Amino acid sequence: MNVHEYQAKQLFADAGVAVPKGTVAQSADQFDQSLSSFSSDQSVVVKAQIHAGGRGKGTFTNGFKGGVHVVSSPAEAKDKAEAMLGNVLVTKQTGEEGKEVGTVYFTECSDIDKEFYLAILMDRATSKPVIIASTEGGVDIEEVAESSPEKITKILIDPALGIRPYQARQVAFALQLSGDSFKQCVKLVTKLYHFFWTKDCSQVEVNPLVLTPTGDVLALDAKVNFDANALFRHPDVVELRDLTEEDPKEVEASKFDLNYIALDGNVACMVNGAGLAMATMDIIKHYGGSPANFLDVGGGANEEQVENAFRILVSDDAVKAILVNIFGGIMKCDVIATGIVNAARKLEMKVPLVVRLEGTNVEQGKKILSDSGLALEPADSLADAAEKVVKLAAQS
Amino acid sequence: MSVLVNKDTRLVVQGITGSAGSFHTTQCMEYGTNVVAGVTPGKGGQKFQDSVPVFDTVQEAVDREGANVAAIYVPPPFAADSILEAIDAEIPLIIAITEGIPVRDMAEVKARLATSSSRLIGPNCPGIITPGECKIGIMPGYIHKPGKVGIVSRSGTLTYEAVWQITSAGHGQSTCIGIGGDPINGTSHLDAVKLFNEDPETEAIILIGEIGGTAEEEAAAFIKEHVNKPCAAFIAGRTAPPGRRMGHAGAIVSGGKGTAEAKVEALLDAGISVAETPSHMAEALFKVWNP
Repeated sequence: MNVHEYQAKQLFADAGVAVPKGTVAQSADQFDQSLSSFSSDQSVVVKAQIHAGGRGKGTFTNGFKGGVHVVSSPAEAKDKAEAMLGNVLVTKQTGEEGKEVGTVYFTECSDIDKEFYLAILMDRATSKPVIIASTEGGVDIEEVAESSPEKITKILIDPALGIRPYQARQVAFALQLSGDSFKQCVKLVTKLYHFFWTKDCSQVEVNPLVLTPTGDVLALDAKVNFDANALFRHPDVVELRDLTEEDPKEVEASKFDLNYIALDGNVACMVNGAGLAMATMDIIKHYGGSPANFLDVGGGANEEQVENAFRILVSDDAVKAILVNIFGGIMKCDVIATGIVNAARKLEMKVPLVVRLEGTNVEQGKKILSDSGLALEPADSLADAAEKVVKLAAQS
Repeated sequence: MSVLVNKDTRLVVQGITGSAGSFHTTQCMEYGTNVVAGVTPGKGGQKFQDSVPVFDTVQEAVDREGANVAAIYVPPPFAADSILEAIDAEIPLIIAITEGIPVRDMAEVKARLATSSSRLIGPNCPGIITPGECKIGIMPGYIHKPGKVGIVSRSGTLTYEAVWQITSAGHGQSTCIGIGGDPINGTSHLDAVKLFNEDPETEAIILIGEIGGTAEEEAAAFIKEHVNKPCAAFIAGRTAPPGRRMGHAGAIVSGGKGTAEAKVEALLDAGISVAETPSHMAEALFKVWNP
């Protein structure tokens, strides 16, 4: 689960990680109040809050350029905020449709002496948290890793021991800090690790972490991702979820415990099991089609879930045909077939449907489908099903 | 003719009285799995299906019934604790079926595993089956047939797909190991390949992977150097958009790492027969294996 930058900064501040002071506004009448904490000649950074990156170089659909602005007074900040709030920002990560800005974030403008990179994430290869630090901050870390890997320091943390003082010092040494700045960095890294671990983050990224001319070390940016499996432990984090940042079909699917991801093709698919669902998308592509979604109904889907899954699939106007691919193990094919028939009747489906069933009670399942009188196309294998559905999508 | 589990397996089921645990345990018993005990804290003294003793702790199941394999169906918030309990009871093989265990919990479990003699399979997996002898997990038993193909996979239904293709072609499986779809798991593709390589009854291997991580690449590198048995593979997720988790917590391409292309390339480089589609997994194997 993702959160906005202003939410991440608030969480940092609560955890004792130094961040620049900031305020937010979610409606135009909050601008004056939010900017009242700045003095009239103080510089302000104005930031549009959307989950996608690339905000600075983005463009609003009303023509206004840039989702991040540095201005020299609160009065100017208000002008910029007015151009952002309620408008749609398009960046390289949002896609053409962009994202509506519901929150504007005002922060102090920090003078910068040096920019660093700092991140903590779970390293799959070692199954341990890893702290990544680099003197090359404010730029794309992937590029640094590619061009000058010696400038990146990685420190593995033993999950049972947590971060030890010498490890926090290793980070501060790697960033070539000294004196009070060194101490501030050690403290910040320790607190940040504690936050990462206790809040079940999957990733915390600070790019840049900055050193100010007065020697202070603070997190100028904050990106935080949470492990979805651990949200049951963190009701406070769940409250930060912004549903407007997610695809409405995905939000709807999550209500029924369906694993749905919207894609931009025209062949919808409904599958049991995540691996088979991915493989079904692949085989649609292999036969020249384009998948409209990923949908895993799980191992024990019931009739209601099957019906809701269909409802979500047909709500996508781009969908020209649907492929149902079920390998019934624990889930019996006759039960699935009944679910499909009921859903198809209730929803009066207009698009062609190809059904491939395999597994427990497959003969009964096929009979239910053929006796239903519905115009659906049975298939014998996954390859057969994929070929048929791609052909039907092209025709309709 | 198998690895890890067989007719001598003595299974204890943790979470045996829960809905998933009781349903799948019944199925496994019908298949012929030797279920010797169940564990549900607070329900010690009961009998499951009027025959299997239920204990409060795993240690009792070991002491009283000689359990040597544990299956875990405990809900996600408590599953890591159940794995740790099984490790402390020195159960040699622990199979965690539970989906949705927090990554932080698994990092702690993994650290504890490193100092133990236990092997973990899963979590978030269908389990393990040696056809005709022992089924532990949620896979449909009847699609399997005793035989000579070892299968290892991160995905449940994709494994069934491969199993069914092999069985339909008149052949069978030595053992099928579902290693699970989580980013931190116990037994890896590499571990499973090593087991199959050393098993005299496994003649050929199918490796099923998906986007995310580098486990498939590591197994490919080992196969290239050390495995002479015919191998086939399939990687799911060629069309998955980067940065999105595709159902499985571990199925994600991030920072350009863990792509299907990189995995397929590593597999091909190791001389493995890679299936173009999930419908052609058995066909890919028969290209390199003449049973």
